[in-house]
Amino acid sequence: MPDKKVIGLHELYEKDPIEADKLLWGRTSDPVTRRGFLQKGALTALSLALGSNMVFANNFPAGMIPAGLAYSDQPFNLPGKRAGMVVLNDKPINAETPPHLLDDELTPNDLFFVRNNGIPPESIDVSSWTLTIEGESASQKKTYTLAELKSKFENVTYNLTLECGGNGRKEFNPPAKGNQWSTGAVGCAAWTGVRLRDVLKDVGVKSNAVYVAYYGQDTHLSGEAGKVVISRGVPVTKAMEEESLIAWAMNGKDIPVLNGYPLRLVFGGFPASCSGKWLSQVVIRDQVHDGPKMTGQSYRVPCKPVAPGTKVPDDEMCIIEEMPVKSLITFPKTGATIKQTARLPIRGKAWTSAEKIKTVEWSIDFGSSWSPCTVRVSDNRYSWQSFDANVSFPETGYYEVWVRATDSAGAAQPMLLPGWNPRGYLNNACHRIAVKVS
Amino acid sequence: MSKRPDVLPPMLAILNLALMAFALVLLFLLFGDSVMQSFRNRPVPMDMTAYRPGSGTGGMADEDQIKDGIHVATGLIYAEGFDIVRGTCTACHSAKLVTQNRATREGWTEMIRWMQAKQGLWDLGANEPIILSYLATNYAPEDIGRRASIDVDAIEWYVLDLEKEQ
Repeated sequence: MPDKKVIGLHELYEKDPIEADKLLWGRTSDPVTRRGFLQKGALTALSLALGSNMVFANNFPAGMIPAGLAYSDQPFNLPGKRAGMVVLNDKPINAETPPHLLDDELTPNDLFFVRNNGIPPESIDVSSWTLTIEGESASQKKTYTLAELKSKFENVTYNLTLECGGNGRKEFNPPAKGNQWSTGAVGCAAWTGVRLRDVLKDVGVKSNAVYVAYYGQDTHLSGEAGKVVISRGVPVTKAMEEESLIAWAMNGKDIPVLNGYPLRLVFGGFPASCSGKWLSQVVIRDQVHDGPKMTGQSYRVPCKPVAPGTKVPDDEMCIIEEMPVKSLITFPKTGATIKQTARLPIRGKAWTSAEKIKTVEWSIDFGSSWSPCTVRVSDNRYSWQSFDANVSFPETGYYEVWVRATDSAGAAQPMLLPGWNPRGYLNNACHRIAVKVS
Repeated sequence: MSKRPDVLPPMLAILNLALMAFALVLLFLLFGDSVMQSFRNRPVPMDMTAYRPGSGTGGMADEDQIKDGIHVATGLIYAEGFDIVRGTCTACHSAKLVTQNRATREGWTEMIRWMQAKQGLWDLGANEPIILSYLATNYAPEDIGRRASIDVDAIEWYVLDLEKEQ
């Protein structure tokens, strides 16, 4: 019977969250035939996967289709995101922003990179959304509604840069597995919310507190209810910093669903994975947090430098905290052809987990000589800082414009890849663009 | 003695009825589906051109288009094992997850084991060596040294009119 066949398919794919896909993609199945989104090409791949032709296509379980189409060649837009973002993975959604689209003073919401580990929550009811603070080192367990958070604590806005720890992974050799981020897993927005420390103090933090960690409302890719997707955190000292936020607004607007609506943590200067999205619970721990993606090799680098390709045991891997100094050329887009008479204006962004950026320099001779850029002062720590310069070229030909930032702690960007690590984190090598002068 | 013949005919009749009922059930079990099917709405094949390699009609042609050795729709390299890799890997995730990564056979094996341990990937059976050979051959790490050069061939050159810009 046809139904038997469907059950067989279900056994393989029963865990696919149909509803989440519906929310994310706006794809819906035809209520009668359930083949509304069987698109060209899907049949081929699915038939191959099953080793048989899909005769009973109209009985095909709807939840499987989006998975089968996971490679989809159909151009699609991420919800709430502008076209032009580079989608590295569509299940879970991971998308980066090309450098020339990061030219704005603050990154617009629809251009902010997306690094999801699971599936964002669906049907979010802001009026019933709560945040619970608890844990071994919390004096009490306390729950706040969004309205309570907004009214009870001082509302603050900071420009904070978020960068994925794996940004730049693509360049490591030997390669590291995972999303092959190029340069665009970074953005800086004006985040509005309350200080995490104000809320923690309201609850009461015991003197033995070590770590502050989050839990969010996203669901695991397997669809398994209650399976935590990712739960990371920061040392208490970081949580207590002035700029560490529980935020509900981004650039004066709601945070996009893909970026954590309606509530998230924002820690500038730490890997963005510390800044939990769809935030519903904060735990004050009396030990280093041990949630998923806190342990093993995730978001960790060798405690001591290793040769490229070295296998490093888990107990010799240390948690990444501060992100390194880094910069991007956001204008012009790589590949510009200009006339020799013109001086080429360049613009970009530089950021660090240190106090501020000290200098940004440019070079068109692969580092033989460096010239200074003008660096704008930022409103607060952990904001990126804009820089610009006018570059002139001695003769026609092919050039590369490289930029290098140095922060107030004296750390500068390397021109080659920094220390190799098994998971490919913390690549802050200089950015460069190609220019032809004719 | 005289009573026995009176009992036999009804008993035989009951036995016959039981046999007939059994045969009917058996027939239904064997052919019931197909008979019932003709009373139901028959399964409707999808209203699209069936998959035929190189059929060259309708939209399906694009799906199987190979350009410069790349299967255009997925971006996967069209080589031995392609069909199985496409059918297996893209059942659950984007082909981009394959094409953007590079690893040795050992590295790809580790990724498969990880997916089996954490992501519910099934036992690949006889397909596993085929998949591994495809991946290790076509998506092997290249030695790019401490840093790769800018891929000049991949750059989309454009004229930047600076007077307009300033």
